[in-house]
Amino acid sequence: MIYFDKVTKMYRDGTPGLEDVTISIAPKEFVSIVGHSGAGKTTLLKMLLAEDTPTEGTVFFEDVDVHSVPKHSLHHYRRKLGMVFQDFRLIPNKTAYENIAFAMEAAGRADDEIASDVPYILNLVDLGNKGGHFPHQLSGGEQQRVAIGRAIVNQPDVIIADEPTGNLDPVNTYEIVEILKKINELGTTVLITTHNKGVVDAMGKRVITMERGRVTRDDAHGQYIL
Amino acid sequence: MLTTLRRIVSGGAMNFGRSGLVSFATVLIMTATLVIIGTLLFLSAILSNTLAAIEDKVDINVYFTTTAAESDILSVQADLKKRPDVSSVSYTSRDQALADFRTRHADDQLTLQALDQLGENPLGASLAIKAIDPTKYAGIVNFLSDGSNISGGSSIIERINYYQNKTVIDRLTAAIQATEKAGIAIVILFALASVIITFATIRLAIYSARDEIAVMRLVGASNMYIRGPFIVAGIIAGIVSALISLALFYPASYYAGKSLSQWLGGFNLFSYYTSHFAYLFLVLVGSGILLGGIASFVAVRRYLRI
Repeated sequence: MIYFDKVTKMYRDGTPGLEDVTISIAPKEFVSIVGHSGAGKTTLLKMLLAEDTPTEGTVFFEDVDVHSVPKHSLHHYRRKLGMVFQDFRLIPNKTAYENIAFAMEAAGRADDEIASDVPYILNLVDLGNKGGHFPHQLSGGEQQRVAIGRAIVNQPDVIIADEPTGNLDPVNTYEIVEILKKINELGTTVLITTHNKGVVDAMGKRVITMERGRVTRDDAHGQYIL
Repeated sequence: MLTTLRRIVSGGAMNFGRSGLVSFATVLIMTATLVIIGTLLFLSAILSNTLAAIEDKVDINVYFTTTAAESDILSVQADLKKRPDVSSVSYTSRDQALADFRTRHADDQLTLQALDQLGENPLGASLAIKAIDPTKYAGIVNFLSDGSNISGGSSIIERINYYQNKTVIDRLTAAIQATEKAGIAIVILFALASVIITFATIRLAIYSARDEIAVMRLVGASNMYIRGPFIVAGIIAGIVSALISLALFYPASYYAGKSLSQWLGGFNLFSYYTSHFAYLFLVLVGSGILLGGIASFVAVRRYLRI
């Protein structure tokens, strides 16, 4: 489904962002990418999102070279990916309901679809009774659940979560991990980057370890080893 | 598609409302530009009306010598009437010319005494010619100047007054053209200022909505969906400014129409406003849309890279 073929990214100052990275991710996999800051985790995700271009190598998504997708149709590709960030990136003047509905509106979904899907998604992320709350009225964990709701509402093929538990306490971290596991069990591929050893070890899923732009370990049922 | 369009338009309206003071500044400068454009339309109408009134009064008077035979003059009149560029030709005999002269100078005893002392009629007969339009006069004058067309030869013609009228018309036309050129220069200047201010407004709007734009990109919004609302906001500013300008012209033309009508030779600005409302509406709203649309389109192209 996702294939990084010998991908290298050199920055202008000569620093390597990624070096000769080759990774293959199958549909419905749950993959954790771990590594210190500057190891290349976020650069890897940017390559997949087509926000940055590799210096060498190719990134494939379902046999399509991601970087050959023309700019004007890039949004069709991005609709296949759902993004979750450490800082949630919710729109502050929109309610939880509106934040999720906003993603559907932007994707051109019809009003009746929005009216039926958003409440379902809010229930799925356990926020059925907080749809009318604004981000500042929600806890960090709740905000992240809204962000996950927004990421999955357009039924993407892959959920990409960049440090999704980075700003959360252990209880909320556990809840977010449980939601991501549930989404994965429903058939969506999940790709997360994290520093949280507890999360990775408890998951018992595939772990890719990166150091200075290189993949140093790739374990099918790995643990957080750095 | 219609749903997306509706969302883009409502997003644009929201952007316009959210920008508050900055939108107000844009509307203000655009209104100033559109008021100038509107004023020029009124000015152009006034000048055209004046020119038409003067042109309507213009004719060619051909004065014949006192020795010219009446039959020759009537023959010239008949020839002129046959021409397709001539609308009417009226003949004033020597006796009639003298009678008219006496009537005109009834209060001027000195002139009348001088006339009586002459003992004979010093005035020649004349033809007053009206062409179907003012551009035809040159051709008619050429016809009269060519002696072969005149029964008694061109020597029976004492003078033709066309050239004096021509100077007046040419001066007025030149004045109109100069006014139009100056007006266009002022419009361009204000249009440029409007575009720059709208451009800055949209830039600010893009900056303040950067988080929202980032989220739009993330969830796979199309370029049109992201950029559209900003262009719509610019167009809304143009439309609002045009409507304000039209509203301002209502009382302005009402009062100016009342007080200036006599001075403008009967031309009433308010009557022009009401009878040409559709035209003014189209020009002003069209200009507003164009100004706002161009400025915001250039701004999103420059500052909203996707």
